[in-house]
Amino acid sequence: MSEAQTAAPAVTQPERHSPSAAQKAAAPPPSPAASKLHDYAKLLGEGEIAELRALASRMKGKSVMMVNSTSMGGGVAEMLNRIVPLIAELEIPIRWDVISGGEEFFAITKAFHNALQGDAYELPDESFHKFLATNEANRGRLKFDTEFVVIHDPQPAALIDARQGKSGHWVWRCHIDLSQPNSKVWNFLAPYVHRYDGAVFSSPAFARQLPIPQYLSSPSIDPLADKNRELEPDFVAGVVERFHIDPNRPILTQVSRFDRAKDPVGVVRAYQIVKRYIDCQLVLAGGGASDDPEGEQVLAEVRETAGKDPDIHIVDLPPWSHLEINALQRASTVVIQKSLREGFGLTVTEALWKKKPVVASAVGGIPSQVIHKHTGLLAHSVEGTAYQIRFLLSNPAIAQRLGEQGHEHARENFLIVSNVRRVITLLLHLLR
Amino acid sequence: MSDLGPFQFGTASYVVCVGNQSASTLQELQKGLESCSDASIFYHTFQTLGRHHFLTEGFSNDFAQWVLGSCNRPALAERLASVDIRDYVGLTELRTDLTRIVREYCEANPREANQAAFETLYFCETIEEQVPLGKEARTLEEFRAGLEDLPHAALQFHFITSRLRLHLHTNDFSVWLTKELGRKELARKIDQIDIYTYTLDAARARILNLVDREIRP
Repeated sequence: MSEAQTAAPAVTQPERHSPSAAQKAAAPPPSPAASKLHDYAKLLGEGEIAELRALASRMKGKSVMMVNSTSMGGGVAEMLNRIVPLIAELEIPIRWDVISGGEEFFAITKAFHNALQGDAYELPDESFHKFLATNEANRGRLKFDTEFVVIHDPQPAALIDARQGKSGHWVWRCHIDLSQPNSKVWNFLAPYVHRYDGAVFSSPAFARQLPIPQYLSSPSIDPLADKNRELEPDFVAGVVERFHIDPNRPILTQVSRFDRAKDPVGVVRAYQIVKRYIDCQLVLAGGGASDDPEGEQVLAEVRETAGKDPDIHIVDLPPWSHLEINALQRASTVVIQKSLREGFGLTVTEALWKKKPVVASAVGGIPSQVIHKHTGLLAHSVEGTAYQIRFLLSNPAIAQRLGEQGHEHARENFLIVSNVRRVITLLLHLLR
Repeated sequence: MSDLGPFQFGTASYVVCVGNQSASTLQELQKGLESCSDASIFYHTFQTLGRHHFLTEGFSNDFAQWVLGSCNRPALAERLASVDIRDYVGLTELRTDLTRIVREYCEANPREANQAAFETLYFCETIEEQVPLGKEARTLEEFRAGLEDLPHAALQFHFITSRLRLHLHTNDFSVWLTKELGRKELARKIDQIDIYTYTLDAARARILNLVDREIRP
């Protein structure tokens, strides 16, 4: 592999907290080595990978640069960690660069992120100068010598200043929901976005009225990653036992942060309705309560609503608990995603991939994942969610069919190989 | 016999573009259908069938699915779902029929026509990138070998969307089998395979089965 094809940027590992006693109890299966294309061929068929190679051969040595703001933590870094090596394996010279910035810069971009998703923006105007100064410093540090430059998210968006005239092809890949942005932040950012050759969004609902072409690319999951790969039944059983869940009664699970938008209180209420008819358990697995004041508050509300019900299991996991999440999803009878607002539910795709029947809210991008009565069931209320869960628990054959069709849906549309294919197709289109 | 030569296996990959049109009511759906691009009609009908080929019970196109799931209008959804893309060799006729069905429903049910849907329908469109796979077939045996591990997108390209390229009520396989190998009956049987009730894998298995019967009668 040439230097230009080297995938991972130079970074340091974050400090990892000691696992709890419960986490120490079971030895996790060893993580597999980095996946190669032939590993995916075993899963998807040789023909699919041959097709990808045929597509990639059209790139004829054109080089690609990906830029984002972090090398680990968060969905974008996770995705780049996986797709950059695969694109390199397709003999497309690719480099991944990460911008640097101090604490102040990242506090500003965090506020940008929230504001662009609809929150208020309360930082002083100097924050815009700091944002631009950090982008400029990175512009001097990074080398923009590739045919394609793909800039991910708002943090490095002003790097477009590095473009010489109309040279190369510059794409802004926006992973966040821009449907109702704070106007102050968006009006600041938009002139930079307008100078790209195109913008890519995860859902048509996230797009803005822009003077440049807008493209669509669904987020993907990696079927070979710890969060999604096949697990030994013993490991799954061990995780279930560790969290004191009864494997002999139906398990309803929602995996999400303790965030109001995910409506965990609504999930508890739906479970309480179901429980009147069917003896079942609820698992709320997620994180975000320990380092987020609102998360703490939401968790307190969940606990209050749950009361002393021993069949409600609130599992607050650290962000690296991929195998545990995987095991809990695989052990579930029904997976719930009762979000009040959701761009694209990666946890929904994860459940579909694991052939689990899903009951989800008909909001945002979820109806494209859960096609009602085909790949899961949609609901619009607590009562509706409860009804759909009861229906699935009472009709296991239908639940199984939905799970199997959901798996095919994920396989066809939401896996990493499809994502690589979409990236290459977009770049080929820009070459025209 | 024509001069088609060997069968060239190819595929198509798509860039999906987000347009500026959307619909939040049935009336807006009608207007959108009247004015959206041909590429948008293609995306929401031909291409969506490929993306959801594994659904063989009632999934037909995005418009029908949205009318059912977001507008809760099963009668209209049924009518839209019954539009069979195999009957169309051009997108103009397909658009005309879809628009007519929605317009008739809105005229007959004016109160429903302006009721807000649960979710908005966004009109998207596709740009196609055709790619040769570097495989060809000169005989039925070679055709069979090529078909066996053909990826889904390539199957969709040759078997479903081909009618828009050919402007004929048929597919690439049947055209080649008829014109190059003179196997009209085999071509006819392949044409009869119902893409609404077969998954792409099941359709492939059916074609392979038909070919096998020709190779080893």
